Amino acid sequence: MAPHELRRPFKRPAISDQQRRRDLALIRQTQQRSDSQNRARRLASSIFDLPSHSLPDACQADFPDIVDVGYAISLEQFPELEASSPTVRHLDFVQASKLKGSAARHWFARQLMLTEWMIDVPPNLDRDWYVFARPAGKRCFVVSSNGSTVSRLRNGSVLHHFPSSLPNGARTKEISAPSHVYCILDCIFHEPDQTYYVIDMVCWRGYSLYDCSAEFRFFWLNSKLSETGACNPPSTYHRYRFSVVPIYDCNPIGLHKAYTGGFVFVKDGLLFYNRHAHYQTGNTPLALVWKDELCSQYVLDTDSQGHVPAEQQVVLELQDDGKLITSDDPPIVFGCLEREIIQKSSLQAGNFLRLSVIDECVRIVDGKLELGDLKFVGKANRARAFADSYSKVFFQYTARHSPLQFQDLIASLDPNLDDNSESNDMEMID
Amino acid sequence: MAVEITQVLLNAQSVDASARKYAEESLNQFQDQNLPSFFLALSGELANNDKPVDSRKLAGLILKNTLDAKEQHRKNDLIQRWLSLDLFVKAQVKGCLLQTLSSPVSDARSTASQVIAKVAGIELPHKQWPELIGTLLSNIQQQQSHVKQATLETLGYLCEEVSPDFVDQDQVNNILTAVVQGMNASEVNNDVRLSATRALYNALGFAQANFSNDMERDYLMRVVCEATLSPELKIRQAAFECLVAISSSYYDKLGSYIQDIFSITAKAVKEDEEPVALQAIEFWSSICDEEIDILDEYGSDFSADSDTPCFYFIRQALPALVPMLLDTLLKQEEDQDLDEGAWNIAMAGGTCLGLVARTVGDDIVPLVMPFIEENISKPDWRQREAATYAFGSILEGPSPEKLTPTINVALNFMLTALINDPNNHVKDTTAWTVGRIFEFMHGPTVEIPVRTILTVLLQCMKDVPNVAEKACGALYFLARGCEVVGSASPLSPLFADIIQALLNVTHREDAGESRLRTAAYETLNEVVRCATDETTPIVLQLVPVIMVELHRTLEAQKLTSDEREKQNELQGLLCGCLQVIIQKLGSAEPTKYTFMQYTDQMMDLFLRVFACRNATVHEEAMLAIGALAYAAGHNFLKYMQGFYPYLEMGLQNFEEYQVCAITVGVVGDLCRALDDKILPFCDGIMTHLLKDLSSNQLHRSVKPPIFSCFGDIALAIGENFEKYLIYAMPMLQSAAELSTLVAEADDEMIEYTNQLRNGILEAHSGILQGFKNSPKTQLLMPYASSILQFLDSLYNEKDMDDMVMKAAVGVLGDLADTLGANAGPLISQSVSSKDFLEECLASDEHLIKESAQWAKFAVSRAISG
Repeated sequence: MAPHELRRPFKRPAISDQQRRRDLALIRQTQQRSDSQNRARRLASSIFDLPSHSLPDACQADFPDIVDVGYAISLEQFPELEASSPTVRHLDFVQASKLKGSAARHWFARQLMLTEWMIDVPPNLDRDWYVFARPAGKRCFVVSSNGSTVSRLRNGSVLHHFPSSLPNGARTKEISAPSHVYCILDCIFHEPDQTYYVIDMVCWRGYSLYDCSAEFRFFWLNSKLSETGACNPPSTYHRYRFSVVPIYDCNPIGLHKAYTGGFVFVKDGLLFYNRHAHYQTGNTPLALVWKDELCSQYVLDTDSQGHVPAEQQVVLELQDDGKLITSDDPPIVFGCLEREIIQKSSLQAGNFLRLSVIDECVRIVDGKLELGDLKFVGKANRARAFADSYSKVFFQYTARHSPLQFQDLIASLDPNLDDNSESNDMEMID
Repeated sequence: MAVEITQVLLNAQSVDASARKYAEESLNQFQDQNLPSFFLALSGELANNDKPVDSRKLAGLILKNTLDAKEQHRKNDLIQRWLSLDLFVKAQVKGCLLQTLSSPVSDARSTASQVIAKVAGIELPHKQWPELIGTLLSNIQQQQSHVKQATLETLGYLCEEVSPDFVDQDQVNNILTAVVQGMNASEVNNDVRLSATRALYNALGFAQANFSNDMERDYLMRVVCEATLSPELKIRQAAFECLVAISSSYYDKLGSYIQDIFSITAKAVKEDEEPVALQAIEFWSSICDEEIDILDEYGSDFSADSDTPCFYFIRQALPALVPMLLDTLLKQEEDQDLDEGAWNIAMAGGTCLGLVARTVGDDIVPLVMPFIEENISKPDWRQREAATYAFGSILEGPSPEKLTPTINVALNFMLTALINDPNNHVKDTTAWTVGRIFEFMHGPTVEIPVRTILTVLLQCMKDVPNVAEKACGALYFLARGCEVVGSASPLSPLFADIIQALLNVTHREDAGESRLRTAAYETLNEVVRCATDETTPIVLQLVPVIMVELHRTLEAQKLTSDEREKQNELQGLLCGCLQVIIQKLGSAEPTKYTFMQYTDQMMDLFLRVFACRNATVHEEAMLAIGALAYAAGHNFLKYMQGFYPYLEMGLQNFEEYQVCAITVGVVGDLCRALDDKILPFCDGIMTHLLKDLSSNQLHRSVKPPIFSCFGDIALAIGENFEKYLIYAMPMLQSAAELSTLVAEADDEMIEYTNQLRNGILEAHSGILQGFKNSPKTQLLMPYASSILQFLDSLYNEKDMDDMVMKAAVGVLGDLADTLGANAGPLISQSVSSKDFLEECLASDEHLIKESAQWAKFAVSRAISG
């Protein structure tokens, strides 16, 4: 039994760089494994996975390669680029957040998922859909990144620039998030209580939720938002309160709650979301809006003076050849403007025009709305970024003649699904 | 054979190589052909007093080696072989061994005592050889000192071999009584007293009960302390070793003895010979280790139920302890920095001072500063060095606020000393201290401009190797500190100069001394890691430089084995450096594209490196390739054909298991880089992985990563994993069962078990997610219930760590997500989907909660159909 070794490390750094290389490699592998797992679980994806609007699949497949070679472009250098050019389409959110002026407006204007108006009741409303009350206010995107928060209206213009408790939403020490972390929320800003009601979550902490079902997005929204303190009352580093809207399964009970229930916000109709649908930019039939006099002050469109005109008015986009089209993709042609009027009012292709519907000319052929002759009223408000959609025109028409009523919605529900409706209420309402 | 055995054993130690070889072969043959006779012949040889001492010693040594081995699987085989031996043979062997303890030849006795302990190590846990301890104890009653001595030595070895669980308390009491009697001052034979003291060292682990009894503990401590005063050096040394062992095993029982121990150790440090003084210092280092651990674990809030309270022995001893340690610092040896194996009282004292600083923090500063101020400018180099070393030692522990004012003054002083001090030893310690400053207080606390510091360090890197090595170390920590600060690095303005200076160091003729070349490359790595957008173009320029270096090592011909070894070391360093560069440039968009132009040549070099047979180099090249694959993505496919043979080689490297482990990790990288393009290689890879798992030769630490790797493969190839299911699933299942059956494990075993569980869970996650949305999802249905059972049993065991918990709740979600409503009924029956999920949802750990929220979503969808 020899004496025991007692030498201790002397004047040596306690670490060895070789061990450090091994450890760093292991950390990298573990991180990348977990990233792959998360991607598989559709929880996460890098910012490059954010689709820009309406890209065909083939085009999207090429997208990562373009980014790989460091394809970054600043629109400030290329002001002539139009929003519709392929380059701009390829921008991701982080790049787009660097855009300024009209380029930014053009880009952001096309990122929201736009509801269609409910013309008839979709099948399986009770099985596949959620319903919730739509707060009255301005629809906007809220993006938090780099220590500040910006809200942009549907036309892309900035509503507020403010600090918030969203991840990376303010420059404070307490909210420590890596700089690449950002969030995108689909909100309605409700003036009376100065609150952003979050109706959808598009991106959270850099994780894209575009490819997730509404079911998952709502679930995530309700789990995550409150964790950040974003629902707290306003404070120095949190100028506006955020809030969630109670979301119900679309069964008779849920539907009644959404329709007749009292909410802290002023109601403006009901929104219906298909639970399986992904977040899709532009118009989608998988998210619908419905209104009647009881649940909305704004069932019928108003004219530029804020009055409900005697005749229905629509806003359509003027084409080169004088055709008047909706904002749908592909657009619906609702008529043609005479060359004479175009010249007289010095109108140009791309202008949004306000037109009056002449009831006598309207026909419904095979369930499709045809407006017939339209009467030119004038140019639409300059802030307009879109023409009306087909479904909006149709809904407005039926609202004036034979509206789709709440009773029709109830009647379409399968009474057999009532029983377990209470337990199926999404647990996120708390 | 029995007649010739003596000669064969002597030949086996012959200077004549061929005679030696022949003898070794015949011994092996003998063992293989007739094991019982082999044992009998060797034990007979050992016991026979008429035989030469050399043949007896070797006989004993061979016996020892036939009973024990380092590798666990071989050890198990040997144990089984002994246990299944004929009872009569075993009895005879054991008889011979015990008989040898009475031999007049001391080497024979000593060898026999070691073999007896090995046999006891096998038999006592199986409740065999119950009379052994009794026999040994009765030996001690004999009057012959040499028998007494040999028996005490045997008891010492026995306590080292056998776990206390297999010896009952009565026997423990008797052993301790015998040992303590042998240690007593009244024992006149020094050999007996020394063997007894050394035996106590090993027996301390058996003395739990005795140390809890005040009277017995007082007695044991008195005997040990008395032995530290023995006139015999070796006995004093052994007695201090016992005190060191007691300090860690029975820290909480030391309260009433600590003052006496301080007096004893202080005297020894001051007056005794070095081997004893070193042990005396080690006692206090060991107390520091204990208190640092306790304070780490509990922070400052002790409650009554803390396992071990902190008695603050160091804090109490501080006013006397610190001066004692400072005195030792002045006892340096000349040129101790040039001798890698050096360990002397000054080094031990400084190391202990560093531990004391970590234990008490701020309080040490005022006790050390006067010593530094008094000595730092003295003409005698010993005083300047001691002062600097004292300062360097106390940098870890005290708060930055306490040290910052001094540091700025000191750093200025030291930067001057680095250039001007005439003494090599002083410069060495000064450069090391500068490194420690950056290690513990980087960033804004240092007022001196980084440029000034860098200029001095780069200059210092031209000094003698041991000083230059410390300067590289200082730069390493300076760079590391800059990494933490953020985007605008203070290194940037001199970045190219730094890299050039480091490259120059690697080319120095004397770079092989004092680990200088290694230090230069390691520092280069750290500098590369902290490159910013501004400086990555310079790193890019480094790529061809390092590649040329690596190429040069591959061209070198006709090397001696010594030169080859150095060449291998250099290749390892260069591959390591390339790995760091790949990680840096492969992840940065602006440089990635240009960097990728080098990958063909780089792969070519790596493949040539594999031709050199050296584990470290393989490991480094493998890690570099993993990083390269991840950076290259699908483009890596073109290298697969050339690389695949080496991948296979790595997966089959059982002996150098780190290489195997790293290769398994690289398979994961390949999966993520190539996605389903890895499919053509999967048959081969899976075959090797499955073989690795079934091997009991492969180190167990590689197995958890192999399971994780199944998950990586499945995620990459999706439903194509189908054909591996029948092999992989049963393995996962049996490993899962094993991992839930761990009873009374120690910390290490618990950690391993959790790694294993994590691996199994990652495999399941990958497989389940890989099959998602495939028409073949149903193939997984048969495994659903056993996966859920595994999750349930993990939950019921209650010993999961956070990593496992997150992985487990993730698997629950994956199962629900992939199998959907089909698995709904199974899921709703499982505990995991209820209690476990709830627990995870309530977790404070963000990642667990996140996985749980996801699982909840998937589960509720699966259950509601």
